[in-house]
Amino acid sequence: MADAINLEEALYHRGVTRRQFLKFCGLMASVLALPPRYAGTIASSLQAAPRLPLVWLEFQDCAGNTESFLRASNPTVSQIVLDLLSVNYHETIMAPAGKQAEQSLEDTLKNHPKGYLAVVEGAIPMGEDGVYCTIGGRAAKDIVREVCGNAIATIAVGACAWDGGLPAAAPNPTSAVGVKDAVPGITLINMPGCPMNVVNLTGVIVHYLTFKDLPATDQMGRPLFAYGQLIHNYCPRRGHFDAGRFVEEWGDAGHRLGWCLYKMGCKGPQALSNCPSVGWNDATSWPIGSSHGCVGCMSPHFWDTRTPFYERLPNVEGYGIEATADQIGLGVVAGVTAAFAAHGVISAVRGASKPIAKHESPPDQQSEAREDSPSGSSNGS
Amino acid sequence: MRRRVYVWEVPVRLTHWVNVACIVVLSFTGYYIGNPYITVSGREPYAPNFMGLMRGIHFVTAYIFIASILLRTYWAFRGNAWASWRGLFPFLTPEGRKNMGHALQYYLFIRRHPPEVAGHNALAGTTYMIIVFLYLLISFTGLALYGLLHPASIWWPLTSWVFTFVDAQTLRLAHHLIMYLLIAFAIHHIYSAWLVDMEEGNGLMSSIFSGFKFLRMGQQPDWIENRMAVTQAEPQTKAAPAERQTAD
Repeated sequence: MADAINLEEALYHRGVTRRQFLKFCGLMASVLALPPRYAGTIASSLQAAPRLPLVWLEFQDCAGNTESFLRASNPTVSQIVLDLLSVNYHETIMAPAGKQAEQSLEDTLKNHPKGYLAVVEGAIPMGEDGVYCTIGGRAAKDIVREVCGNAIATIAVGACAWDGGLPAAAPNPTSAVGVKDAVPGITLINMPGCPMNVVNLTGVIVHYLTFKDLPATDQMGRPLFAYGQLIHNYCPRRGHFDAGRFVEEWGDAGHRLGWCLYKMGCKGPQALSNCPSVGWNDATSWPIGSSHGCVGCMSPHFWDTRTPFYERLPNVEGYGIEATADQIGLGVVAGVTAAFAAHGVISAVRGASKPIAKHESPPDQQSEAREDSPSGSSNGS
Repeated sequence: MRRRVYVWEVPVRLTHWVNVACIVVLSFTGYYIGNPYITVSGREPYAPNFMGLMRGIHFVTAYIFIASILLRTYWAFRGNAWASWRGLFPFLTPEGRKNMGHALQYYLFIRRHPPEVAGHNALAGTTYMIIVFLYLLISFTGLALYGLLHPASIWWPLTSWVFTFVDAQTLRLAHHLIMYLLIAFAIHHIYSAWLVDMEEGNGLMSSIFSGFKFLRMGQQPDWIENRMAVTQAEPQTKAAPAERQTAD
């Protein structure tokens, strides 16, 4: 492991007071859904924690998660995280370039075998032997195997690193996949989102430093503390939903009054995330708070499954035509009605021309010869 | 002369009409939940709960509907021949297949007479198999979406595995489309019942209220009665055609 640090002193020199540090520990306890007394446990653990090397890999990405990581507007969060971690390799923010940069990665792998955290941002293209994304002449799929295979744990940040995200959206020209498919079997925490929320990433790291273990995850490998609750159930606009007050179009009276965005295609009722509680940009706001519906960016394959973003239900594709569920449903009902109406007319005409003798119709399954003959019967009464 | 035969037992008729009522209520409330076309005014001094009310009715009715399906499933193993689960799979026996072909020919105007049956014909039985499948699908998708909203309920641990394979939006779409399929089925169901009632003159329409049909004196046991007589050779079987209670 890396050299231990005097965190309190380091923070003091950066202008972070002990009060701010304890507030951060309290925030982390609440994000991780721990009882308040754990704030003290977190504080003492972080102060005793050795500085953990971290390698941040970027593949098919937009660096949005890096932005999210760096733009934590509250200086305490980013400073504390950057002091707890030794970010040995991060293409966007590291000082070295070219060969020197790749050297830092090699050194980390050599000096800290099974002793560093790996963060992966972006999808990994598997098609054509990985030529669609190479760094220093090596394919992303080879880099990710080597780096993540030797890490203590890997954190896949963002939708792309989780399940391929935007690069993997149909038709997925580069056969992009997430880390879980590129390197199966590793210790992996998935933090989907477009981008992921830096508070949650910090929470995972703090959880690891405090308990020497990764937080509990759901069936898709997402930490439950961050992805365990439906946005809809914690939405500040839920009251408008239950009341039946909906925005009908952008900029209408309801929109200005902050009504529910359900009819504008908000995916909050199907999205698992702690956005309403944690907020974004240091809890300044969040999508629904700024009057735009949730697009479900933390949901699996959300570019395919959650589009169109401004419609309640997905369209139904087929033969190059897209139709809404209601168009198809009403079409089916109208078609069935028309078919049976026509059947009824034909039956009525036939009934008039070839009536079945009432009460004594001989069953033609027993006497095939009677078929299509006027049914004057002889048996029975 | 016709014989009065008790075809549809009480649980069959009860669940039939409970299902009718539930499908009507669930369709209206469900459509509103999917597309809330009534917007409640925001200017009242109190907080209305219109969507909450619609959802409450939808959920309670859904539980009643599921209870009805469970009762009908139980009766499919306890009831008479015409209530049996075997009626859903006529294509498994040669006689059932023959009856299906006959019914299809009747509907396509190739034959003049519908197959003469005491219960429902084999083609209808196959349709009900599809409908039961749709019932299961719409119940499951509904419970999964309900579980997503109520992670503390029993439905989340029972149904959440499905979200690994199918997205919640796809489930919602399926839940919505099945409603239209059931409405389309209802149109077909009412039309066909009316048509066959007129053709056969056996009181088919009133039988779902009273349970009794009026069969021709010489009418042979239908495909499902024969099927049950074969599978249950024991004397206590209710399906034995010889024991059919008759009155005129």
